[in-house]
Amino acid sequence: MSDKRAKHTSKSKYTLDRQIPGAFEGETVTRRAFMTGTAHTAGAIAATAFTLPALGFAVGPIFKSTPHRWESVGPVDSFSDTNYIPVVMTVTPNIGEAGKTTVYVRKFNPEIDTDPYDRETPYIAISSRCAHLGCPVRWVDAAERFICPCHGGVYDLLGRRVGGPPVRPLDRFYTRVSGEDVEVGPRFSVNSELRRFSPRDPGQPLDGVGQYLYPSRPGAQKL
Amino acid sequence: MPKLPKLPAPPLPAALQEAPPRPSEGKGPSGPLEDAKQAGITVVDWVDERTSLSGATRWLLFRKVPKGTNWFYTLGSATMFAFLSQAVTGVFLAMYYRPDPAGGAYESIRYVTNDVFLGQFVRGMHKWGSSVMVILVFLHMGRTFFFGAYKYPRELNWVIGVVLLILTMVMSFTGYLLPFDQRAYWATIVGVNINGTGPLIGPYLSDFLRGGSEFGATTLSRFYAIHMLLVPGLLAALIGAHLYLVAKLGTSAPPWQKVEKRSELREAEV
Repeated sequence: MSDKRAKHTSKSKYTLDRQIPGAFEGETVTRRAFMTGTAHTAGAIAATAFTLPALGFAVGPIFKSTPHRWESVGPVDSFSDTNYIPVVMTVTPNIGEAGKTTVYVRKFNPEIDTDPYDRETPYIAISSRCAHLGCPVRWVDAAERFICPCHGGVYDLLGRRVGGPPVRPLDRFYTRVSGEDVEVGPRFSVNSELRRFSPRDPGQPLDGVGQYLYPSRPGAQKL
Repeated sequence: MPKLPKLPAPPLPAALQEAPPRPSEGKGPSGPLEDAKQAGITVVDWVDERTSLSGATRWLLFRKVPKGTNWFYTLGSATMFAFLSQAVTGVFLAMYYRPDPAGGAYESIRYVTNDVFLGQFVRGMHKWGSSVMVILVFLHMGRTFFFGAYKYPRELNWVIGVVLLILTMVMSFTGYLLPFDQRAYWATIVGVNINGTGPLIGPYLSDFLRGGSEFGATTLSRFYAIHMLLVPGLLAALIGAHLYLVAKLGTSAPPWQKVEKRSELREAEV
């Protein structure tokens, strides 16, 4: 009785020493432990096999980069350099009205567009997407301001915030002239000094540490 | 006038007398009426013998409740019935709904509202019921808070309740897009962008919700799947856990209820 207990408490790592039936020389893992481990591993592999693809499937669009689209918005002489002309362009194709957005286009004016970042674009195309939470702003001619109907965001002629809750100026689009037509391309965001950044969602500031707190999307492509 | 003793009924002739009831286990065949009487019991017995469900039902439904239990204690059940109403009407709305952003979604809702028999009623139940459910959830939470019913040992049930509250809000948010009218579209734009204002993970969260950088072709079907497959399953499972804990731990007495000591204990104290 006493030596039986002693044998039980001083466990050897070898199954042979523990007198387990059918043990092999040098075997340390019991078959029970091996079977348990195998079953758990097989279950984990099976669960991962359907969870990971499903998760990747749902999360994938975050990392997808969409190709740049250029859309003609009208002949060169239909835009002035003092006032905005609203044009409707398609941001997301094939979903009808929901994929369209209004862009305010104006010819580059060296007297107004004095910021160094503006000089490269022949036309200034300002997005109507409010930088607060994405409502559509409209250009009010009499006030010479962009005004948002949702929460009262107000922007000046260059799209810089002059009132209300927006955290940065209105987004812009790259423009180019192709033949006789003005073409509007991909979107970019600007901070309060009109410095350019890859597009951010509304409500995400780009001044100070903003650009690091709100990183650009992984799929964003440099133009 | 004193009440007269009732006279015994005159004996009926043997032909008019009712036959004595035949015991079911008797030798003769039981009549169809008796079989019908027994049918319900037989079915319940058959199921219970194989599942032992009657014990679980008794455990769930025939609980002791503390003194002072009042109408405020029905808010949880009311919330659950609001959820069940949403689930049932939602299933039937799904028979007509088409998550097609190029006009089909709005058209299918218009069809349900204007053309389907009782369509406006069922859609109205789902639409207004969602607000009812949110209001009831908050009233239920308020009851729990003000009665102190979140305290030991019911903390885990409070935590589950918070998750249920968040999931209810997710349902409200994702369901709002489905009619796909102007209000739905812009409210979703604003809502997704509010999600995007969270630092560091915000941009990824809003991209996940939209299924891309812009409101796109799959945004609506993504919201639809979240609204009718992902979250309802989680809600139902967590409501089950919530109910289990209620039955397991019992409900708490209202805070104004004084403890009544049993008389023998009171004597022993003196």
